[in-house]
Amino acid sequence: MTLDYKSATEKFEPTLGLEVHVELNTNSKMFCSCATEFGASPNTQTCPVCLGLPGALPVVNGKAIESTILIGLALNCSIAPYSRFARKNYFYPDMPKNFQTSQYDEPICVDGYLDVEIETEDGPKTFRVDIERVHMEEDTGKSLHVGGATGRIHGAEYSLLDYNRAGIPLVEIVTRIIPGTGKYAPQVARAYVTQLRDILRALGVSDVKMEQGSLRCDANVSLAPIGSGILGTRSETKNVNSLRSVERALTGEIERQANRLEAGERIIQETRHFLEESGLTRPGRSKEQAEDYRYFPEPDLVPVTPDAKWIEELRAKLPENPADRRKRLQKEWNVPDAEMTSLINAELMDVVEETIKLGAEPTRARTWWLGEISRLANEKEVAPTSLITTAFVAEIIALISSGDLTDKLARQVVEGVVSGEGSPAEVIEKRGLKVVSDDSALMVAIEAAIAAQPDTAERIRGGNIPAVGALIGAVMKATGGQADAAKVRELLLRHLGQG
Amino acid sequence: MTNIYSTAAEMASALSKKEITSVELTKAHLDRIAEVDGKLHSFLHVDNEGALAQAAEVDAKRAMGKMSETLSPLAGVPIAVKDILAQKGIPTTAGSKILEGWRPPYDSTVVAKLKAAGVVILGKTNMDEFAMGSSTENSAYGTTQNPWDLTRTPGGSSGGSAAAVAGFEAPLAIGTDTGGSIRQPAALTGIVGVKPTYGGVSRYGVIAYSSSLDQVGPFGRTVLDTALLHEVIAGHDERDSTSINAPIPQVVAAAKRLDVKGMKIGVIKELSGSGFQAGVSARINESIELLVAAGAEIVEVSCPNFEYALAAYYLIAPSEASSNLARFDSMRYGLRVGDDGTKGAEEVMSATREAGFGKEVKRRIILGTYALSSGYYDAYYGSAQKVRTLVKRDFENAFTKADVLISPVTPTTAFKLGEKSNDPVAMYLSDIATIPVNMAGIGGMSLPVGLAEEDGLPVGLQIMAPLMQDDRFYRVGGTLEAALLSKWGKPILSNAPDLAVKK
Repeated sequence: MTLDYKSATEKFEPTLGLEVHVELNTNSKMFCSCATEFGASPNTQTCPVCLGLPGALPVVNGKAIESTILIGLALNCSIAPYSRFARKNYFYPDMPKNFQTSQYDEPICVDGYLDVEIETEDGPKTFRVDIERVHMEEDTGKSLHVGGATGRIHGAEYSLLDYNRAGIPLVEIVTRIIPGTGKYAPQVARAYVTQLRDILRALGVSDVKMEQGSLRCDANVSLAPIGSGILGTRSETKNVNSLRSVERALTGEIERQANRLEAGERIIQETRHFLEESGLTRPGRSKEQAEDYRYFPEPDLVPVTPDAKWIEELRAKLPENPADRRKRLQKEWNVPDAEMTSLINAELMDVVEETIKLGAEPTRARTWWLGEISRLANEKEVAPTSLITTAFVAEIIALISSGDLTDKLARQVVEGVVSGEGSPAEVIEKRGLKVVSDDSALMVAIEAAIAAQPDTAERIRGGNIPAVGALIGAVMKATGGQADAAKVRELLLRHLGQG
Repeated sequence: MTNIYSTAAEMASALSKKEITSVELTKAHLDRIAEVDGKLHSFLHVDNEGALAQAAEVDAKRAMGKMSETLSPLAGVPIAVKDILAQKGIPTTAGSKILEGWRPPYDSTVVAKLKAAGVVILGKTNMDEFAMGSSTENSAYGTTQNPWDLTRTPGGSSGGSAAAVAGFEAPLAIGTDTGGSIRQPAALTGIVGVKPTYGGVSRYGVIAYSSSLDQVGPFGRTVLDTALLHEVIAGHDERDSTSINAPIPQVVAAAKRLDVKGMKIGVIKELSGSGFQAGVSARINESIELLVAAGAEIVEVSCPNFEYALAAYYLIAPSEASSNLARFDSMRYGLRVGDDGTKGAEEVMSATREAGFGKEVKRRIILGTYALSSGYYDAYYGSAQKVRTLVKRDFENAFTKADVLISPVTPTTAFKLGEKSNDPVAMYLSDIATIPVNMAGIGGMSLPVGLAEEDGLPVGLQIMAPLMQDDRFYRVGGTLEAALLSKWGKPILSNAPDLAVKK
């Protein structure tokens, strides 16, 4: 009899712990000036320092320190006035020096937290995730194992090494254990990583692309019988490459552990690899015997001692917390939940905000970005933001609001701008899309419409205002849709003695 | 007339007056190397072509005339460089089999500075493997002999550089000093050697033994020559985070000052008397008298924690070495053993390290690995760091009483080759007086102060100064050197046997 997730979490209480590795988007590596571009030809972004050639020495990238401090501040951490790098010693071919330069017992940021909100059966609930530390380290190179069965080193015919990634700045964000999430553990984990990703994106310190590995999550979980108060043996799941996978991996792992425990077996302390296709994990390296990394302070680097004034300058530069910002904007724009979610999923919140800041009316700004512009972007398979600037969108919306463009004309203007015909003003000029608002030109059409429908005109004169619709339609038809309907209505009513 | 027996300062002057060309001077040294290096084995690699090309370039610049005022004072003077400094395209082994055949794709900062200054690099000198040793016997490429007595060691680890200068194969040389590896061979071969303040000279491109202790420094036959070279190689380097961003001490001016009136000179109680060879103590005492005669005041200082320095050094240096030497794994450069297509990477790494490292290197890697292991770290590495702090404090206290401190460089004069090679601890003890300086990060000079009566071999006086006050030991060294020279009437090296084949 196997336990499903529901019964597993009725019997056992999961305790979470999350380690997130973030590749910073600095132009150069952690300890040398090599480029960090993703996807370059193997071993083209290397130098004596990141290849660990004899005699080469590291120098800390100041931008990486700044980014790490920003992350620490955004996660409510204290910034250490004195922190150091250490050497983590172990042999592996993709690590050029056979030690990784990493912060260890003296990290740069400590003791922070992040509040994450999830939907529960009892409505929204907030969990506080305590952050133990945020520290800097360097990435390793990449091994490609050729031949053999699984792409793993064992059984491979030979291995290829690419050191382009070696020395890329990494920031590791480690939570304290997260108790009390119960059956919501996988959701809390997902919400935490999502919120962290949004914060990192808002800070502009990382590309945060899980699929490219610039954001990686190791999910630790252990189970204990509910109410026992003990802490079980944990496993650490790696290779979790999407937000959805974070949730799936933990759900699967909780089920697996619960079934082992239920069967009277023990949990082995080990690294496990998430398998995207099945949603299951397979065992990796055992951590039963703690590896001895022989950490000691890195003698080639001086301690990191950020100036208190500088830290305060960085704090002042911090962007608003994305979760707070989302709530604030939703309220300001008066947007329903579903549409706000669409905006966020489409990654359009920033441009909409910017468009509004440029004077556009909120509802129009949202509708245009999420509607017409997104539709064109879909057709062309590009990002909406690559099609048109916020300034142009704001300009077009302003013309709609002032009555100089109708929605229909505005669509043509957008189409023109996107096709590279120039600014909205230029498109309007070239295509002759100006709304007809010259009263004398309109009056010709209005008089023609009245002459064509004398009965309707008579009813309006008699006080039947709604009847004006038919005449407006006729005028609009006569002007090819270029007239401003509101203006037409106003002129018609005035002409018929109702203005 | 300028020849290989001239000082570097004399060579520089003759070059600037165009009495001799750099090509002529370089050829003379290359000839000397060809003639005597079979006996000394100072060099692991002689770069005949490169040196002559570099010399020709300096001559051409000088011939253009207008450039002469921008040329460095040492432009055109030849030099020997310890084989632990990376030099682009030139075999660099650190005295180890594991790096056999490796040609660095880049220049160390010191080599780049020498090249920029037009100092002509003759070749790379022999050394104890990865600078671990005090006799050059730990080189994987054979030992170097002392020009004073070919059955004796020139000291180490920079034994090749010291022997090259003492044997007139080069007027100047570069060494590195982690626990005495410049000062001890300088003392044993009768030349001047300086370990600058830690951070005074860039370590970029210097193959690391113990990063927190290693320092590059100059060798010369006179204090002034050594100072001239010091000024060329010193200075802040943004590629070395531990290099000090401050002006270079005015060492050349200090070397020329020849005046110690009013200076307080501290004699370290713990580094005198018993434990030092009689002839060593006698020469040190004589030097003290000369300094007093020159107007210095002598005070006795105590450094009670020095007795722990040697033991602490043999925890810190091997610990850092165990990590620094991990990169020699056959994956990217150097030796590769056992890669027959059937073995995994780990087996090849292991076989390569087994075959490529010598006995002393393995001993220190094992020692350091042990000292850093979890459960032992605090007792070993942690305690050693505390001793280091105590040694620093001893120096700080002593420097409140004295401007410079003095002691012998070594307990004995040059020992016989083979005498200590099977007794590591006896070998380690030859650095007992030099190690505290590295532990504290300060600078020190070894100055030849005469010959011991009992064996006729040179004795070195160690002069130490506070952090970044390297000019002080040049001032004291220059003054004492002048006093000794006027007493002897000729340079100390003229007492050494002539190695050259008589023509």
